[in-house]
Amino acid sequence: MSATAITVAVGRRRRARRRTVIVGVLAALVVAAWFASLMVGHTFYGPSDVVQVVRGETVPGASFTVGDLRLPRASLAVLTGLAFGMGGVTFQTMLRNPLASPDVIGISTGASAAGLFAIVILGLSGLAVSAVAVVAAIAVALLIYVLAWKDGVVGSRLVLIGIGMAAMLHAVISWVLVQASEWDLQAAMRWFSGNLNNAGWDLVVPLLVVMAVVAPVLLAQGGRLDLLHLGDDTAAALGVPVERTRLLCIVTAVVLMACATAAAGPVAFVAFLAGPIAARLVGPGTPLLVPAALVGALLVLVGDQVGQWAFDNRYPVGVVTGALGAPYLVYLLIRSHRTGGAL
Amino acid sequence: MSATVLGTPPAAAATRHRAAYRSAWLLLALLVVALAALASVAVGVAVVGWDDVVRGLSGDDATLGAAAVAKRVPRTVLALLVGGALGLSGAVMQGVTRNPLADPAILGITNGASLAVVSGIAFFGLASPTSYVWVAIGGAAATAVFVYAVGSMGRGGATPLKLALAGAATAAASSSLVSAVLLPRLDVMTQFRFWQVGGVGGAGWDRIGMMLPFLGVGTVVCLASARGLNSLALGDDVAAGLGEHVARTRLVAGVAAVVLCGAATATAGPIAFVGLMVPHACRLLVGVDHRWLLPASFVVGGGLLTLADVVGRVVARPEEVEVGIVTALIGAPVFVWIVRRTRVRAL
Repeated sequence: MSATAITVAVGRRRRARRRTVIVGVLAALVVAAWFASLMVGHTFYGPSDVVQVVRGETVPGASFTVGDLRLPRASLAVLTGLAFGMGGVTFQTMLRNPLASPDVIGISTGASAAGLFAIVILGLSGLAVSAVAVVAAIAVALLIYVLAWKDGVVGSRLVLIGIGMAAMLHAVISWVLVQASEWDLQAAMRWFSGNLNNAGWDLVVPLLVVMAVVAPVLLAQGGRLDLLHLGDDTAAALGVPVERTRLLCIVTAVVLMACATAAAGPVAFVAFLAGPIAARLVGPGTPLLVPAALVGALLVLVGDQVGQWAFDNRYPVGVVTGALGAPYLVYLLIRSHRTGGAL
Repeated sequence: MSATVLGTPPAAAATRHRAAYRSAWLLLALLVVALAALASVAVGVAVVGWDDVVRGLSGDDATLGAAAVAKRVPRTVLALLVGGALGLSGAVMQGVTRNPLADPAILGITNGASLAVVSGIAFFGLASPTSYVWVAIGGAAATAVFVYAVGSMGRGGATPLKLALAGAATAAASSSLVSAVLLPRLDVMTQFRFWQVGGVGGAGWDRIGMMLPFLGVGTVVCLASARGLNSLALGDDVAAGLGEHVARTRLVAGVAAVVLCGAATATAGPIAFVGLMVPHACRLLVGVDHRWLLPASFVVGGGLLTLADVVGRVVARPEEVEVGIVTALIGAPVFVWIVRRTRVRAL
């Protein structure tokens, strides 16, 4: 083996080891944050109480607070975070630009507009809202895809058309908010800014089922997705069926995003932040789906706790992540344009 | 002596022919705008006859119909002015950035104005629409500078895609800050959502008088920079070679465009896509010369917004759909069409 080949092989092994370590640390952090958010609250419960409740034993007091209030909330935070993180990084990788996250290119806007419409105009709640949001988000995503189709889809055209659709959907959102009565308005705005207050098993279980079905499909596409990041021509030359992979990735990512949005509202910027943060942590050129999902879960968990307890007013998690996201976005815009758009 | 020397040189004849052709289009546009304005005072939730329209316009509001017509006059004037301001500011922005997708809403400038207005209402107790104007113009200007600075970094300068992405990202950031400010304050939320939706309903002469100075200054400066924009269209190097102060022209025209769209946004809320569609339509009619394009964009913009307002009043009787919704629904397909026509480079 030549010296260069050995260097390359050593470097690759070192990066792979680094990635495994970081993914492990992230997973441990998610579990720790999840567990901590079960313990902390108005009343503090020790680890032993929490473990007993999670195992299904009855502990006076703790059974209700931890089992019925905190456990669904923390679990919903983890699930939506995972979904937003995966969905976001899929779009960012596929469109080869960290700014092309579903928040920016109209996918999340489609789900929010439909969700608000269902809440305010149709007067729906619970699972029906989710169903409407999911269907509408998929419809919007496919519409963007079809409109961007002209001898195949160019990523930049997809992004531009998505931005146009988002601008139109924002008008729809404004219109729905004007139609709302004062009473509905607060509820609609709370959902719209992304929060976990309505967390219950009726939201957690369907999301869990959908994720168990869809996430493996997306994860199986991970390798091809990374090749798409090299550009359509290179990917095609390396044997990737470009259009089929892209469509499959879009549909699975949109289903994940839409289900999470329906359950917790559009939690701002989690999809946008998770990918770049994960890329920073695990280093360039490594598969990002899993680390990005973990970063997303961590963001939602921590953001929710901060919003609940850090201020004298209780803020929804989306406001916290939005406030975190805005400056990071500015930084990212400046950096990515200077380096030519690498994630 | 040859005929070409005696007669008109062919080039001059062609120029004059084009000028006649453009004037015809401009006159036709003015006629359509006049008809739109007439429709706007005549059509609405209350159905009125022609004699009521005549009576209302001559200042007599004795009958109910005539009173309704008199109420619709300021609204129509406001729609004409706001639409004109948005059309003109879109045309100038497209010229300044040399970018077919420049539009106050796509570039996130209206969202910046929203954020400024919301912060003003919530933290500084703004209540009068006059103070909205200054705050909205300030917010719009800051956002415009930011988006343009960010979008023009890196290789290739300010490409349509980079500007649009910078604008959309900034819009997302400011709208999430808007909801952070609004959520704990129900009273502000109630006040804000009616502004946010973008409408000219309920307009009075005071609202018009308030935006008029900004509109006048912005329009004059924009129209005066037409020649400079023509030079900019040739590219910065050629423009500089022709003796144009590239940076100064860009700055003056850009500031005037921001003042126009900030004033329009402060009076009527964020209205999307007018600034995008109108210049493209006008380019098809009068060509790319900014000395024709800018006045045409003003006229057509006013007409478009007035017509959209009429449509919004008619489609959902007895309810009204705000004009911002109507323009968004008309504008998005046009945007898609422009994007599909433009050759976009891969990212």
